[in-house]
Amino acid sequence: MAEPTTFLNAIREALWEEMERDPSVFLLGEDIANYGGAFKLTKGFIEHFGPDRVWDMPISEGIIVDSAVGASMNGLRPVAEIQFLDFITCCFDQICSYAAKQLYRWDVKCPIVIRGPYGAKTSGGPYHSACPEAWFANMPGVKLVAPAHVYDAKGLLKAAIRDDNPVIFMESKWLYRNLKEVIPPGDQVFTPLGKAAVRREGRHCTVVAWANMVHESYIAADKLAKEGVELEVIDLRTITPWDHETVLESVKKTGRCIVFHEAPRTGGFGGEIAAYIGQEGFAWLDAPVTRIGAPDTHVPFAKPLENYYVPNAEDLIGAVREVMAY
Amino acid sequence: MPVDVLLTEGNQVSVPTKLDAKISEAKRKADYQKLFYNMKLLRAVEDRIERVLAKQGKILGGVYTGKGQECISLCSCVHLMDGDFTSPTHREMGVFVARGIPLVEIFAQYMGRANGNTKGKEGNMHMGSIEKGIINYPSQLGNNAGCGVGVALSFKIKKQPNVVMTFSGEGATSTGIWHETVNFASVRSLPVVFMVNNNQYAMGTPTHHQYRAVNLAERGVGYGIPGLVVDGNDAESVYEAAKWAVDRARSGKGPSIIECKTFRMTGHAQHDSADYVPEKLFQEWAKKDPIERFTRFLLKKKWITAARIKEIEDEISAMIVKASDEADAGKFPDPLTALEGVFTDQKIISHKKWKTMIVQQNQNY
Ligand SMILES: Cc1ncc(C[n+]2csc(CCOP(=O)(O)OP(=O)(O)O)c2C)c(N)n1
Ligand SMILES: [Mg+2]
Repeated sequence: MAEPTTFLNAIREALWEEMERDPSVFLLGEDIANYGGAFKLTKGFIEHFGPDRVWDMPISEGIIVDSAVGASMNGLRPVAEIQFLDFITCCFDQICSYAAKQLYRWDVKCPIVIRGPYGAKTSGGPYHSACPEAWFANMPGVKLVAPAHVYDAKGLLKAAIRDDNPVIFMESKWLYRNLKEVIPPGDQVFTPLGKAAVRREGRHCTVVAWANMVHESYIAADKLAKEGVELEVIDLRTITPWDHETVLESVKKTGRCIVFHEAPRTGGFGGEIAAYIGQEGFAWLDAPVTRIGAPDTHVPFAKPLENYYVPNAEDLIGAVREVMAY
Repeated sequence: MPVDVLLTEGNQVSVPTKLDAKISEAKRKADYQKLFYNMKLLRAVEDRIERVLAKQGKILGGVYTGKGQECISLCSCVHLMDGDFTSPTHREMGVFVARGIPLVEIFAQYMGRANGNTKGKEGNMHMGSIEKGIINYPSQLGNNAGCGVGVALSFKIKKQPNVVMTFSGEGATSTGIWHETVNFASVRSLPVVFMVNNNQYAMGTPTHHQYRAVNLAERGVGYGIPGLVVDGNDAESVYEAAKWAVDRARSGKGPSIIECKTFRMTGHAQHDSADYVPEKLFQEWAKKDPIERFTRFLLKKKWITAARIKEIEDEISAMIVKASDEADAGKFPDPLTALEGVFTDQKIISHKKWKTMIVQQNQNY
């Protein structure tokens, strides 16, 4: 049997293989060349691909993204790293004002990927833990991707690099080294954007989740299965544009839906999915669509606070019980 | 005592200059003795964090130290008075030592305890104190200088005689906000000093991938303010330069940049082996250790004795152990405190993450 691959290595392999496949793909970011990246994800890239394809950038997320946008206008396919996705706030303008609007304003494609680690559970505190998806979900023209499995970390990143639109690729840093799975070798791995995956089939309640919360959903599903409650776990994979069809089909079957994410609940992307199901799936619902998210606070540092903050399987189990009893 | 610096003023770039603030011998002696004590204390605090608490697994998250850069924060802050503000980042533990933040608070902060500076909300160097004039910096580099300038603006509006001392690594000076900050401070002659600790690396990135100027202080030309380049491992040089810049700012002449040439004697953080840094640089710079250098100077001047040094070292070790143990005895914060402090006038009281958040308005809590 093949050796399992870490989530981090899958991302590394996707970058490597895409750079081998397509000479227009290049990397830029802080400390990605000689240092090999804050998580050593791009270690060895500069040695193999040379300095024209792996660029250490000054500390300026703004110029990282603007450079990517500009280079894409001349036929390149940049993959920009934001060292921690929290720092995407420093290039919010470049993403929203330039990248997102290129095509709409003057019919010029912007095939860039902005990728980086995100999410809590690593004692990162308020500036190394955020989930930024909702910040960009309301910005048309940007795709948002968040894999939960090793196969998809690789497959979705390949798809993101080949996509002609700006894609923000969110990598759970908790999964980086905590998740290992066996995947097929090389080019056989590819996951199209915009398609969710039904990970567990079940009759009673649909759970829509992405990244870390998919794994919490499995824990909850296992526990609840012992009580005879079956969860249908959907790994959304692409947040925008999201797979309405797969989710709605599942809700038609189960009649119940819980959207489960790590970001704070108010204004979180769960609200969008819940509203859609409420509107389009109303006739099939046996209980209110329920959202689970972090409390509306910043991500705290100390372990007991962070543990309390991050939604988990127990929260999901509690919510499922309520939904089932409705 | 005059020290050698490079001065950039007008369009004259990095002219070798002697700087002499003409501080009385008595005042200087008192300052230097205090600085010596604080340098020893600072190194002991960081050693305790890095070599004891982190090794014992009591600290989660990043551990950054400013070993070898002690002069920069200490010899600048020594010129500040009550009401002045500082805006440090992750290498400037010296600011907390200089401004007298209790050691227990510092150690407990690192260990995420309720008795820490931010009660567990924040980790490592993300500490602050409005009373003692220390701004708690955001990780997003460069912004701390910007916020410092906001305080300087308020000093000007309120006609307070105070100044702000901001700190940035050379890497942070690549951010747009750092430049926007210096420009604005210059345009309105705000009372601020831009200290730059140029330790030659920003995480794994050496200076030649960060900027092309010979000296960062020369950037002052473009913004119409003076800049000084000083030996950041020489206590006297930093002391003189900072005195010059603080006096200038306090007397309404506006901001200036002080670039302190130094070296990062560790990896970026504790988890970084710094294998990308040529070993010989560490050896070279170890010989320039600022504390050893200052010790030799003070001994030669007879402003300190070997016996007194021993006394100080013993006193500090005892203090450190006591404070660190006291911090370690501190409780972890109550998980529900994670919900506090989002707004001044609202309290989130829902504990369940799937229940609609119940927000109570105007509750004093
Ligand atoms: C806007 C932003 N981008 C990236 C980072 C990640 N980061 C933290 S420290 C650091 C290097 C800082 O180098 P420098 O300013 O020279 O300070 P030093 O660590 O050398 O003291 C980087 C890239 C950050 N904190 N903020
Ligand atoms: Mg530096």
